[in-house]
Amino acid sequence: MKFGWLEITLFSIVLVVVISAIFVRGKNWLEPGFWGVFAIVSSLVMFSILWLLTFDTLKKISFGSARVPSPTVINHKIGFEYDPDKKRYMPTIGEEELFFGKKWSEQEATQLLTKGKLVIQSRNCMDCHTLLGNGAYFAPDLTKSWLDPKWQTMIQPMIGVATKEETMAKWLQNPEYYGTWQRRMPNLKLTEEEAKAVVGYLKFMSAIDTNGFPDHFGKSPAIF
Amino acid sequence: MKESKDLYESQKLAIGYWIVAICLFGAQLVFGLIISYQYIQPEFLHKFLNFSICRLLHINSMILWLLFGFIGGIYWFLPLETEREVVGIFLGKIAFIVLTAAVSIVVLVFLLVQIGKGEMLTLWLVTEGREYIEAPRWADIGIVAVFSIIFFNVFASIWKAKKLKGILWVLIVDLLAIIGFYIAGMFFSPNISVDQFWWWWVVHLWVEATWEVLVGVLVGWVLMAVLGTSRKIVEGWLYLEVFLIFGTGILGLGHHYFWIGAPEYWLGIGGFFSALEPLPLVAMIVHAVYDAGVHRLKTINKPAFFWIVAQAFGNFIGAGVWGFMHTLPQINLYSHGTQLTAAHGHLAFFGAYVNTNLALIYTALQRIRLHEGSILDGTLWKWVFIGLNLAMLGITAPLTVAGFTQTFVERAVGGSTWQAYIDAQSHPWFKESMIWRMGFGIMFFVCYVLLVADLLTIGKTKATHQQ
Ligand code: HEM
Ligand code: HEM
Ligand SMILES: [Fe+2]
Repeated sequence: MKFGWLEITLFSIVLVVVISAIFVRGKNWLEPGFWGVFAIVSSLVMFSILWLLTFDTLKKISFGSARVPSPTVINHKIGFEYDPDKKRYMPTIGEEELFFGKKWSEQEATQLLTKGKLVIQSRNCMDCHTLLGNGAYFAPDLTKSWLDPKWQTMIQPMIGVATKEETMAKWLQNPEYYGTWQRRMPNLKLTEEEAKAVVGYLKFMSAIDTNGFPDHFGKSPAIF
Repeated sequence: MKESKDLYESQKLAIGYWIVAICLFGAQLVFGLIISYQYIQPEFLHKFLNFSICRLLHINSMILWLLFGFIGGIYWFLPLETEREVVGIFLGKIAFIVLTAAVSIVVLVFLLVQIGKGEMLTLWLVTEGREYIEAPRWADIGIVAVFSIIFFNVFASIWKAKKLKGILWVLIVDLLAIIGFYIAGMFFSPNISVDQFWWWWVVHLWVEATWEVLVGVLVGWVLMAVLGTSRKIVEGWLYLEVFLIFGTGILGLGHHYFWIGAPEYWLGIGGFFSALEPLPLVAMIVHAVYDAGVHRLKTINKPAFFWIVAQAFGNFIGAGVWGFMHTLPQINLYSHGTQLTAAHGHLAFFGAYVNTNLALIYTALQRIRLHEGSILDGTLWKWVFIGLNLAMLGITAPLTVAGFTQTFVERAVGGSTWQAYIDAQSHPWFKESMIWRMGFGIMFFVCYVLLVADLLTIGKTKATHQQ
């Protein structure tokens, strides 16, 4: 879309006012019909603009777009850094790294993420956690969980495996056993395959450009 | 006493819908109490009924009972508007039974099966795992089918009565939109940004657009019934409200697209239009206060009148003020997904939709239990009215404090990590808030029990004023 938000906003308002004004000529503003015209016109105009924006947005958030990466992003190092031009934090996609000891082809990675998403829905993760900030508030936000320092500072030493992804997969299969505070995540009976898929999903999600949310994730000097 | 045989069949069906609605309301509150206790004592029912399961039951039973209540309102007023029995009432009754049976099965599966394997079959049979619309796919399709029958009832009745104009015209278009937006929530996508994009079509375009218009219609009918407001006034205001609700609420959808991966233009569009969303809610207050003033507060139905005024103010404060509080992107960046959201959710749903339903039911009770022209009044409803409103304020005030704690400690200072989350949740402001919320939650439940007692008895006792 070549227009900015202000153009779109002003355009839609002007359109509603002008079209309505044409149709209400001669009508008394105290008659219900006068406002009926405004009701119909504003509904149609706003809904049409929503559809146009929907097409544009869906294009810009498809897998492999600038904002939502391709599933093969799990083969790369991911970070979250302050962007001085945009004046906000942005995900960074760095050099290649192995994920669960291998490089995933496009097809394999897509299958893994599809599985991961199905596991997330089938276990009702979003009824305790938030993902992209949406869901329930009983447990931490998982948008950038892949980048959470706690995996390496607290969980990995507890479990004693070599990589972060293995740490996460093991923990997810037995979260009650490796408790972190008084609220314990229940055991949701994830198989090893399912746990790997979820970790893949979390890694992918951390690479989505969320316009800077959550601000300075993992960079607070006050809290590790 | 008026015999119930004076009622239209459609109105008897409405009573059925309201009975189920009030039962589900009770279920909602029981699960709400369980999850609020789990905030204080996380081991409570751990493994048997985890927070996730009780929470999804809490909010799903809410959506369902509010919908049941609205449908009841439609079936109640439709024959009065069209001056005839509803067309296809037999089908409508079957739809009611099917819907109630389906809801019971879904609830049992949520309670007993809870979760499934990570495959499509789970989404079809157990849960879809998406907040508010967890109901499995088979139930979604059933709901759309049943709603289509209800839509047929409404449309055919209006068509036959040749009354497709004014308020009824708005109702028809709005019902179509409600069904249409629900379908937007029935697809699986491995891409969570796409998933959330459509999910908000259902959630936002329901509660901030189509449901608002629906209660505009229902409140209009109640005003005509209890205050004797003229149709012309109600129609004029309704059109103005539709203009403002759809004019701001449709693109206001953008306030949920700030952080889900969607393009940056949503920050401006969503922020701008959603900031204007309180406008129609102000209009609704003016409307209610104006009508009440014109009729010098003279009403044939005290409880319905009070709930309708509470609705106007509750809608404005809960949705308008508490919504505006966090709707600009520069604030939402830090308040997104905190207890502030929960505070707003409670106050808005209660103010806008619970109140409407209670007003509808009291309006009907006047007609069911009293002679033409007698005034429905009593003592108990006053305590219930004060109690429920106070308890809801008591629930949302501490949630607001807890939300500010999270916004500050977890998001702004802590950078939203796991540890930052724990730090905010362990903060005294947060922990004390959870206890206050629980206390007022119990008060809310007690008032609910009194409400049920009042609904069962009001108009039958001597306390009722007769002309
Ligand atoms: C009766 C009308 C309304 C109801 C029932 C309602 C209800 C809700 C609920 C339940 C949520 C949480 C959704 C979730 O679980 O993620 C929410 C979110 C939100 N609402 Fe409303 N709302 C209403 C009107 C409004 C209005 C008029 C505004 C703006 C002026 C508004 C602004 C917001 C914002 C900004 C959020 C997102 C909060 C976040 O980022 O976490 N709402 N609303
Ligand atoms: C006994 C009274 C109630 C209690 C104790 C209660 C408690 C709760 C709790 C603990 C949550 C979970 C929030 C979280 O994830 O942290 C919740 C969510 C919710 N409740 Fe209630 N609740 C009560 C009554 C109500 C009523 C009357 C309504 C509205 C009609 C309501 C609407 C909601 C909504 C919309 C959510 C989701 C909020 C969001 O996602 O932002 N609750 N409630
Ligand atoms: Fe919204």
